[in-house]
Amino acid sequence: MSTETENRFQTALKEIFSTSATRTVLSVFLGFVVGAIFMVFSNEDVLKAAQYFTARPMDTIAASWSAIADGYSALFRGAIYNYERADDPVAAFRPITETLRFAAPLIAAGLGIALGFRVGLFNIGGNGQLMFGVLWATWISTRVELPFGIHLVVAILMAILGAALLGALVGFLKARTGAHEVIVTIMLNYIAANLLTYFFREESLLRETGGGGTPKSDAPAITAQLPKLLGEDYTLHLGFALAIIAVVVYWWLMERSTIGYRFRMVGHNPHAARTAGINVERTYMYAMAASAAFVGIAAANQALGATSGLSPSVDAGIGFDGITVALLGGSTAPGVLMAGLLFGAFKAGSAPMQVMGLSPEVLGIVQGSIVLFIAAPPLVRAIFRLPKPQKTTVLKDLVKRSSKGEEK
Amino acid sequence: MKLELRGITKRFGSLTANDSINLVVESGEIHSLLGENGAGKSTLMNVLYGLYTADEGEILLDGVAHKFSGPGDAMAAGIGMVHQHFMLIPVFTVAENVVLGNEPTGALGTLNLDVARARVREISDRFGFDIDPDALVEDLPVGAQQRVEIIKALARDAKVLVLDEPTAVLTPQETDELMEIMRGLAKSGTSIVFITHKLREVQAVADTITVIRLGKVVGEAKPTESAADLASMMVGRAVDLEVHKNAPVLGDKGLTVTNLTVVGDRHDKVVDDVSFTVHGGEVLAIAGVQGNGQTELAEALVGLRGVSSGTIHLGELDITASSVREVIDAGVGYVPEDRKKDGLVAEFSIAENLMLNKSFGAPFAKGALIDFANRDRIADELIEEYDIRTPGRDTPAGKLSGGNQQKVVVARELSRDLNLFIASQPTRGVDVGSIEFIHERIIQTRDAGKPVVIISTELDEVAGLADRIAVMYRGRIVGIVDATTSRETLGQMMAGVSA
Repeated sequence: MSTETENRFQTALKEIFSTSATRTVLSVFLGFVVGAIFMVFSNEDVLKAAQYFTARPMDTIAASWSAIADGYSALFRGAIYNYERADDPVAAFRPITETLRFAAPLIAAGLGIALGFRVGLFNIGGNGQLMFGVLWATWISTRVELPFGIHLVVAILMAILGAALLGALVGFLKARTGAHEVIVTIMLNYIAANLLTYFFREESLLRETGGGGTPKSDAPAITAQLPKLLGEDYTLHLGFALAIIAVVVYWWLMERSTIGYRFRMVGHNPHAARTAGINVERTYMYAMAASAAFVGIAAANQALGATSGLSPSVDAGIGFDGITVALLGGSTAPGVLMAGLLFGAFKAGSAPMQVMGLSPEVLGIVQGSIVLFIAAPPLVRAIFRLPKPQKTTVLKDLVKRSSKGEEK
Repeated sequence: MKLELRGITKRFGSLTANDSINLVVESGEIHSLLGENGAGKSTLMNVLYGLYTADEGEILLDGVAHKFSGPGDAMAAGIGMVHQHFMLIPVFTVAENVVLGNEPTGALGTLNLDVARARVREISDRFGFDIDPDALVEDLPVGAQQRVEIIKALARDAKVLVLDEPTAVLTPQETDELMEIMRGLAKSGTSIVFITHKLREVQAVADTITVIRLGKVVGEAKPTESAADLASMMVGRAVDLEVHKNAPVLGDKGLTVTNLTVVGDRHDKVVDDVSFTVHGGEVLAIAGVQGNGQTELAEALVGLRGVSSGTIHLGELDITASSVREVIDAGVGYVPEDRKKDGLVAEFSIAENLMLNKSFGAPFAKGALIDFANRDRIADELIEEYDIRTPGRDTPAGKLSGGNQQKVVVARELSRDLNLFIASQPTRGVDVGSIEFIHERIIQTRDAGKPVVIISTELDEVAGLADRIAVMYRGRIVGIVDATTSRETLGQMMAGVSA
């Protein structure tokens, strides 16, 4: 890939990350508006009422309003607090704990992808790294017997190490051969996914003891399961604590440490970094490994947070959702935390919505719209009439250069 | 064609880049627009060329008001522009480049290059350009490429020609040739706007001079004014154009380069068997036209570029194969030629930029942690000492003016224990005030007994700073001469003639 396209990509990233908090919040709001429109147009009552719209327009409007209200109140009940079960505190508070449980791997993976972004790397391979981490962790959790306590720690470390190794491989190929990390990570996604399926299918490897032909693993040994945080009534486990620790580590690494300083330097301007004596290639390698290590914490959540056997779809697309979380969170530690919680809420809320007879797909549309609005800042600015932000010098130069090019 | 700009005002947010500027260029006149970087010259010309729309004011050509919404309109009205950086496609021929965007076509839309060739030949003959329409642009020397740009404008019937810093890339001889061409064009009725900050050229060729400072016209002048007067008009205060320094006190051998050969990106020898020595307490300037291997030489010295053969010694230490970090640790300070690309991280704050190559240990780091207290304290000290004009140490470097950005780089590099200081184009794109300051600092470094290497394409700078001058041409050192050598001799050496 030429340096010109690299620069364009980095410029696009800069544009996205210069997003102000205001614009992010507005983008989230707009995402919900788009979701509301979808709910209105997919609701049967609304469509029925619309047939006699000219005669009684209020019916259509009322039906629309109740469709939106039903949808988002179901999301609230599913993701935060179930007020319909206020009589039973355990059931009423369960949704918020579910949100936290779903958010944990999203936060961890989001941090990983975000780290890549800060160094100017687009790690699309989160899913592959996650699966590779799951493979190692599952090996430890189902095939190795270790004492209580140690077993879990080793399994978590192996999830992180496994993912990090795959990330380091990407960095190594980029540094040594110039292979672009986007291509390499996409390909490794296929390889890791199929490798995991193979391991789950082969009896001599990880297949469920006494299991049939479907690829599935044993449940992790009790000693290797992430313990429940709030007792047996809730499924929320230690994985969430790991994610919070990861947020703090990420913040410390990127904002306080010299390693993160050099990561950011390479991300902003690899030429200046090289001139300043930084080994840029090696930095890419370390950064890819570090990026994948955070994804490994998501792998630990998926592999060790389960109480039953794992299937090859254990990744749940978290490696890809991590990209969205990182973008929405502006690649900062608090941003990724908030974005992860939001998307965790979507995951937790989608089942109750389905129960209500509402399409859970609407949440996917809301998610997609949010990122779309964030990636297209002029759109949000136009809708809310926000002032144009100060352009970075890089952008200004680019604009200048492209307008000069037009004269030819 | 007579060009008149009336009350042109252009604002960018709170910044007024052009403040009701009036400018009259008579038909057949060479009108020089003189001003520092950032004075608003380029903005004004971009308004004229339709790239920007003025907030106020009007553009008149032969008394008729025009509104340009793009370069196409400006070109159609008879305005041609030659940019500092050429807008040519290297792998196309001269004729192809000239008609690009305005191609003569035959039946079925096929390109008719004969028309183009004839046009190039006609213009080339009329003004004595000596350009072959079928030559590939990449094979032409820089001066000839610039003439292709001028032909491009003339082929579109430009009656007003704007030349933006046209001599920056030329040898002194090519500059003289360009001035001949400008006079010829003016005689045939073309009006020329000549943008520059080089006083000598203004005095040589301009009919009228308009001086711009901080977006305003500060006055008109005749080319007969003294350089010092023009400079003080440009800067707004009395300027000392001389670099004051005492005779050098030579120390031990600082830098010894022996038979150094460097292979460039295109697998050609960009530095070819170069040898020289710089003693402590001496400034060696490497002069030459841009693109003759000076950049690559500097990069090889600091470890950014591999060496094919030869050796580099810093005192007794062999740094030929050292990495950039090892060279930095050996005490080499380096101001790169392109500060925005190689010298600074625009998004980083001044404080962060001041520790760019010092993040591995004290005082900026404590273990793996940035020592924020030390960082901020040192940043404040350097901002004070180097007179960096900024609201504070947390301001992103990209928001500073060119001169202040350069002071950040110079401050960072000079605030270490140095055994060698290398500065490439130390004052390019820097305002006159900062130039004085940076030159002073370079001489101070020399007087402190350090060996200093300056790479510059500006002969004035070379002559002012250097104790000895090495002239590079096509990767070789044509000769190393005394700083008192005449400009004519240096000019010939820059064109490859041995002294």
